[in-house]
Amino acid sequence: MTTENPSPTLLKPAHPVGFVGYGAYVPRYRLPAREVARIWTGGKGGLPIKEKAVPGMDEDVVTMSIEAARNALARAQIDPAEIRAVWVGSESHPYAVKPTSTIVAEAIGAVPNTQAADWEFACKAGTEAVVAAMGFVGSGMARYALAIGMDTAQGRPGDALEYTAGAGGAAYLLGPAEESLAVIEAAYSYVTDTPDFWRRAGAKYPEHGMRFTGEPAYFEHITQAARALMEAQGTTPSDYRYAVFHQPNTKFPQRVAKKLGFRPEQIEPGLLVPVIGNTYAGAALIGLTAVLDVAEPGDRILLVSFGSGAGSDAFDIRVTEALTERRDRAPKTQDYIARRTEIDYATYVRLRGKLVTK
Amino acid sequence: MEIPRHWRLKKQRYGLVGEVCPHCDAKIFPPRDVCPSCGSEAKTLYTFSGRGEVYSYTTVYQAPSGYDETAPYTVALVKLEEGPLVTAQLTDLGDQPVEIGMPVEMVTRRLRSDGDERGLLVYGYKFRPALRATR
Repeated sequence: MTTENPSPTLLKPAHPVGFVGYGAYVPRYRLPAREVARIWTGGKGGLPIKEKAVPGMDEDVVTMSIEAARNALARAQIDPAEIRAVWVGSESHPYAVKPTSTIVAEAIGAVPNTQAADWEFACKAGTEAVVAAMGFVGSGMARYALAIGMDTAQGRPGDALEYTAGAGGAAYLLGPAEESLAVIEAAYSYVTDTPDFWRRAGAKYPEHGMRFTGEPAYFEHITQAARALMEAQGTTPSDYRYAVFHQPNTKFPQRVAKKLGFRPEQIEPGLLVPVIGNTYAGAALIGLTAVLDVAEPGDRILLVSFGSGAGSDAFDIRVTEALTERRDRAPKTQDYIARRTEIDYATYVRLRGKLVTK
Repeated sequence: MEIPRHWRLKKQRYGLVGEVCPHCDAKIFPPRDVCPSCGSEAKTLYTFSGRGEVYSYTTVYQAPSGYDETAPYTVALVKLEEGPLVTAQLTDLGDQPVEIGMPVEMVTRRLRSDGDERGLLVYGYKFRPALRATR
């Protein structure tokens, strides 16, 4: 079966594709934002979130991606040897040179007949991998492709980003629409050169353009991408039961949802930043896993990521009957969020390797 | 540097891949190609479920080199549901006390860096308290 693409700018594969499995991961430790404020501002000033997830000392993007991928495979119940691409999007790959994706592919049993690559585009590296996987499966080149967005985000001690730079993400196994628990009706990507946030090669912590990260960056790209996708698809916000937007803090996704005409209850189940922080390449994708955990067949979901530098990927997703039987095969996003151990700033400093010991 | 050894052990370390005896069906970990129960050749690969329980445990305060940055940590003998007893670190304990008989599950984690911060990262199995969720 092949489909017509009604729009020259829409990304719509020749063969319909969807998610045959999905899996989330959030580490156990939580640093309350008030702890950061206690150290750096004497406890004064507003807090952008309640708390953020912090990885344990033995966790990184490799280990977190492996767990999310195993959850996606548990839901899909396919043979991992049928996977033809393992793609991991992140800005915290443990190696500068040596792929995260080969280790993940080896651990889940997808080697050796597979593509493997690491993707990089600030916070939208994960959805970049999803779009590429749509092409890989939708062209008929592959039956299954695994796309992961995962981060252990960096924040300079005392910087505004330290309150929110969290850890977590999600894995999506893409496959033919007829096997999917949610079908991707279409995608759309909107990209410009906008310098709102960056980290130079070799630098430990990122730099950001302060207020410049808002209007010309986050809001402009998400709004343009969402509007273009909905216009091409002939939909309005009321056609979607849920919407998930990239979430660097609590206010931005709430404001962009309102601006686009979405009601607070449409974004509520996928708004995880208040309790896990900004998971960067994982943020929009783990918002979607939380929505899939509660969605019903027939529900339509709008997903829009944002990555600094800058761009947005927007997806029009429709849930199928297969979701209800598959979602209980792996831990839900809220199960990970509920597994919570609060830590203080000193423990955070040790877990994140911010102490110089030699 | 022990690159060849890490490379050779990756399957069993990343995914808890052992062997099953084609003669008596005993599950074997770590893989040793000869069945410890019936003595026959056993080379069929078998991926363990990763579920088990704490058989015994101890906490390490004076860690061997390579592990000193993460001390103190807890090491356990884990009785896998398929039978074998495996020695591994426990992780993600938070403030949870460890108890004999506690249900645990395998996760793949960073074990250590081979050498200093320029060295190869070594990944392998550890066990954590089982998530309450269904699997």
